[in-house]
Amino acid sequence: MSASPLIEIKDLRIRFHGDDGRITHAVDSVDLSVANGETLGIVGESGCGKSVTSLAIMGLLPKQSAEISGAIRFDGFDLLKTPDQTLRDLRGNRLAMIFQEPMTSLNPSFTIGDQIIETILRHRGGSRKSARNRAIELLRRVHIPSPERRIDDYPHKLSGGMRQRVMIAMALACDPRLLIADEPTTALDVTLQAQILELMRELKAASGAAIILITHDLGVVAEVCDEVAVMYAGEIVERAPADELFSAPQHPYTVGLLGSIPRLDHRAEQLATIEGMVPNMAQPPAGCRFAARCPFVLDACTSAPPPLIEVGAGHLSRCIRAPLELLVP
Amino acid sequence: MALLEVEGLVKHFVAERSLFGRALAHVKAVDGVSFSLDAGKTLALVGESGCGKSTVSRLVLRLIEPNAGAVRFDGRDLLSLDASGLRAFRRQAQIIFQDPYASLNPRMTVGQILTEPLALHDLVPPAQRRERVAEILRLVGLEPRLERRYPHEFSGGQRQRIAIARALAVEPKLIICDEPVSALDVSIRSQILNLLRELQDRLGLAYIFVSHDLAVVKHIADHVAVMNLGQIVETAEADALFAAPSHPYSRALLSAIPVPKPRAKRSRIVLQGEIPSALNPPPGCRFHTRCPYVVERCRSEMPRLVADGIGHATACHRTSELPPSAAIVPSDGGFSPVLEKLVAAFSGGPEAVRARGVGPLGTAPA
Repeated sequence: MSASPLIEIKDLRIRFHGDDGRITHAVDSVDLSVANGETLGIVGESGCGKSVTSLAIMGLLPKQSAEISGAIRFDGFDLLKTPDQTLRDLRGNRLAMIFQEPMTSLNPSFTIGDQIIETILRHRGGSRKSARNRAIELLRRVHIPSPERRIDDYPHKLSGGMRQRVMIAMALACDPRLLIADEPTTALDVTLQAQILELMRELKAASGAAIILITHDLGVVAEVCDEVAVMYAGEIVERAPADELFSAPQHPYTVGLLGSIPRLDHRAEQLATIEGMVPNMAQPPAGCRFAARCPFVLDACTSAPPPLIEVGAGHLSRCIRAPLELLVP
Repeated sequence: MALLEVEGLVKHFVAERSLFGRALAHVKAVDGVSFSLDAGKTLALVGESGCGKSTVSRLVLRLIEPNAGAVRFDGRDLLSLDASGLRAFRRQAQIIFQDPYASLNPRMTVGQILTEPLALHDLVPPAQRRERVAEILRLVGLEPRLERRYPHEFSGGQRQRIAIARALAVEPKLIICDEPVSALDVSIRSQILNLLRELQDRLGLAYIFVSHDLAVVKHIADHVAVMNLGQIVETAEADALFAAPSHPYSRALLSAIPVPKPRAKRSRIVLQGEIPSALNPPPGCRFHTRCPYVVERCRSEMPRLVADGIGHATACHRTSELPPSAAIVPSDGGFSPVLEKLVAAFSGGPEAVRARGVGPLGTAPA
């Protein structure tokens, strides 16, 4: 981590007010930062708050129902206090996002060229001709074959992998400083996934942009991330350099996740399982949110919320039993 | 004798018709697929979207009719069965789908869902059906008292357990699992995979496992068939395939598996170009447009599946000339001894699952 991160999230809290008056604690006291040229992975299972965090950065959460506090500092702005007009200038420009569903995030009634050109004209101005040339250039950069012809295609004519590449081209249209990718390869086959991940690595190397990659796939995280934050029930439970996280995880939830993926190197008879269920976030438990499912639980775990403590250089864990290696003989 | 034998299966879907209903274009979804499966074993069908793996699984159950080929189950020809014969067969072979949110009727309770197959096939006298439902629920790790609940009251993993329970109700010999864990979270996925394996051991089930997740396939399959554009390009014992994939397409697929280890050693083969359309598959070898080892012969002559001494079959003209296949599958290096022990604390095993059962939805994610 360099001295001045590109984006810094401080004590982010997000509550959703339901129609029935129920309040869901979607994200709680999340601190994160990413430096230029770094890739941060946010991993966790459905409902852990990883996507909500990214939507908060982009300013895309519904104002009526989402109550957001904390600070998101990016490029001299506090995104949570920035007026909508300024946010619109940032989004698609210095701040870009790729969504999971390449099928639904392109507008079916415009050609892909129109959609990329619109982004360029909105933020950069200039002539339509030069924007079109830039769009062709971008499509070439994401390895779309014969981009001069493809630019006039409608999204339905492209395969899933190509649509995702168009989404990436669009996100890159204005050379963003920060790219947020929310499950960018989940809908794709392994071969395409490898191509898209390769593309993301190329981009990082070429432009020095920072990337936040949100995924549930630990394999994908290991492929591209420098640092990883693991989220559970709205909180960051562990944060570490990628190497450390995979070789010496310090939160039981991370251990459980690593144990539950089938490995290629040896065929385990049984995979590890994390029994039980995620707590109801309308009434989060008083102590550690993972306690009910944790094999290492103590009485102390359930009485007070554990703090995020530093267990090594740049390695944080929200577990009072860390370092975990002391728990096994 | 093999439980299931499939020979020369062909299915072409009509993609376009003329004004008068004449077929103008066909999607060659499955084009000459043959394999066999022994009782109690698992065959995995793998390949990219659109390779025909799901179509094969539906053909095997005769949910759709093939254009050509033969399917024999327990020695009987499936394609000649009449309605009652087919119903009897469906008792022997069941299917589990990918999306447990769509595959359970939201208006039926779990009890009704599980009683229906028992009644349809008249397997258990009405008086004993409730008891049998309780037994099946316990088998898949759910508490019998949950039979009064509706599908929406369950989480995704629990719903998939209910779908498995429904398939098990008729005591089948074969279950087709079509991407059974793809829609589930990582920790739930491992529970379902463990359950499927445990049920196989206890009940001697055979599975056809359709999946695009190759690490999962390595974990669960005995035998693997790799499909590309409606054809099997390589088939082998799972261990043999993952140790030494032989077809260039299998090599590309396996080399692309993301492994949970940063900077894992691998020699990745990145395929160039797009997947050709099944409407108009390329002549010769259907993989030749993307193959890094293509020669002239591949463009015109379709390679046959040729087996070596141990039953590892490859459909490639250049099998013997390809570079060695070592180090194509990435290595994740396994766990450190400490991590191994920590992970073991999470392996309560299926006994623990059953003992604890699964709670009601009161504690489910909002």
